[in-house]
Amino acid sequence: MRGGLWQLGQSITRRLAQADKKAVGRRFFSAESELKKTVLYDFHVAHGGKMVPFAGWSMPIQYKDSIMDSTVNCRQNGGLFDVSHMCGLSLKGKDSIPFLETLVVADVAGLAPGTGTLTVFTNEKGGAIDDSVITKVTDDHIYLVVNAGCRDKDLAHIEEHMKAFKAKGGDVSWYIHDERSLLALQGPLAAPVLQHLTKDDLSKLYFGEFRILDINGARCFLTRTGYTGEDGFEISVPSENALDLAKAILEKSEGKVRLTGLGARDSLRLEAGLCLYGNDMEQHTTPVEAGLTWAIGKRRRAEGGFLGAEVILKQLEEGPAIRRVGFFSSGPPARSHSEIQNEEGKNIGEVTSGGFSPCLKKNIAMGYVKSGSHKAGTKVKIIVRGKAYDGVVTKMPFVPTKYYKPT
Amino acid sequence: MALRMWASSTANALRLSSSSKTYLSPSFSLSRCFSTVLDGLKYASSHEWVKHEGSVATVGITDHAQDHLGEVVFVDLPESGGSVSQGKSFGAVESVKATSDINSPISGEIVEVNPQLKESPGLINSSPYEGGWMIKVKPSNPAELDSLLGPKEYTKFCEEEDAAH
Repeated sequence: MRGGLWQLGQSITRRLAQADKKAVGRRFFSAESELKKTVLYDFHVAHGGKMVPFAGWSMPIQYKDSIMDSTVNCRQNGGLFDVSHMCGLSLKGKDSIPFLETLVVADVAGLAPGTGTLTVFTNEKGGAIDDSVITKVTDDHIYLVVNAGCRDKDLAHIEEHMKAFKAKGGDVSWYIHDERSLLALQGPLAAPVLQHLTKDDLSKLYFGEFRILDINGARCFLTRTGYTGEDGFEISVPSENALDLAKAILEKSEGKVRLTGLGARDSLRLEAGLCLYGNDMEQHTTPVEAGLTWAIGKRRRAEGGFLGAEVILKQLEEGPAIRRVGFFSSGPPARSHSEIQNEEGKNIGEVTSGGFSPCLKKNIAMGYVKSGSHKAGTKVKIIVRGKAYDGVVTKMPFVPTKYYKPT
Repeated sequence: MALRMWASSTANALRLSSSSKTYLSPSFSLSRCFSTVLDGLKYASSHEWVKHEGSVATVGITDHAQDHLGEVVFVDLPESGGSVSQGKSFGAVESVKATSDINSPISGEIVEVNPQLKESPGLINSSPYEGGWMIKVKPSNPAELDSLLGPKEYTKFCEEEDAAH
């Protein structure tokens, strides 16, 4: 079943709710006991976190604040997210860059040391295996973070290709940072609050940049990035220091930065027009269709040399048959799988994510439509429970992004 | 049904948390464990209420249900003049979190639909038993009311549902 973030959390329950009652308790218990916990699990629970299963982890969908308040507060003040379920890894060795370039569309060689970018791991057909933020720490060290739900297949994919690469004499190895936790601090107070906890000058660290530094007394990997459209950071911290860091951040913000769960995270990324892998991008979706053409380096477009390059380069030349676009719509919020029709009532695509925007106070959605129907302003019909509602193709992000860039 | 599932899912999430004593901070547990249940109403296990007065029965969703759903942003309701059947879906509530079906606790003809909910769906959260009513029904089989839960039974049901999962 595909669904929004919170729906994923529900899917186990939904299945079990259909089984007989006695079995439910037993099976649910065993399912729960197999879930992994981050080092902040007790902290979440103590703060009223409603824990749900997500990608094999027990994660907070929300805390005491409603999803609406939580989303708005992140943009007005700030939000702190535990994203330790995501998988951080390093590629090391003098051939790390040429190796990674066989698997992703980014111009990794062209990145300045200490900078990063969003990229896509592709398969032989040009489809997306996962999206990932990669950082070139140095010429022989790449740091990347992949989705929790894709961890196993991503690692298997990288390992398989690494074996072949090394067999030909390539120098690359990996290190999985399972001894670290990952916190995301997002919103206008992110920088001022974090500045209290480090001696490094954060005003010199711009969007997409990376630094290894001491925060609250612990050696951290800091990336100025996020998944909300706001300025902010992702902080990879040794797990034994994660709880102290989370507490320090909340304390330094004087209560304005709030713990924020997966529910608000989904609203925030949707408002920012960012893809959720598994919803808005899948094995069969190419980066061109997903609107991530900008992430395909210029040199990579000329040279290819990544999996599925033939398909992707052909799409770049001829244009993709379908494209990811945003929508505003009337009536009930569109949800993933809602059908999209043109004004004549002909099917032109499907919604992949949608909901009520807490910041704009109206329905927003993203989905794929046939090329030709993708221009902003194109009127469409979105079908919810058999009824057609008016929608219009809209540029994304829905809420302007506030990334910290040099002026 | 869907509404019930969502409630149980939240309950599941809550059960996970209930092992911690610190979790039971007043502001949260009050809104959850002690949702208002009114005397004089009948309740369905799918978390709708019905108030039978004279020849008309008014239907809405309970305080417990709205609390689990979160902010309601849209209510899909039928037209007046149509019919509803006990246990069958007659509409849907959209919250920031999710879409949930609303089942009718009683069968009959819809004689009135709350016109306020189109513009002010939040009435379901702020006033689930008054301003947030959904439809008025002329019951075709008032005996169906006997199959529903009373206030005490419903309160117990909610507690068990929150605890059992």
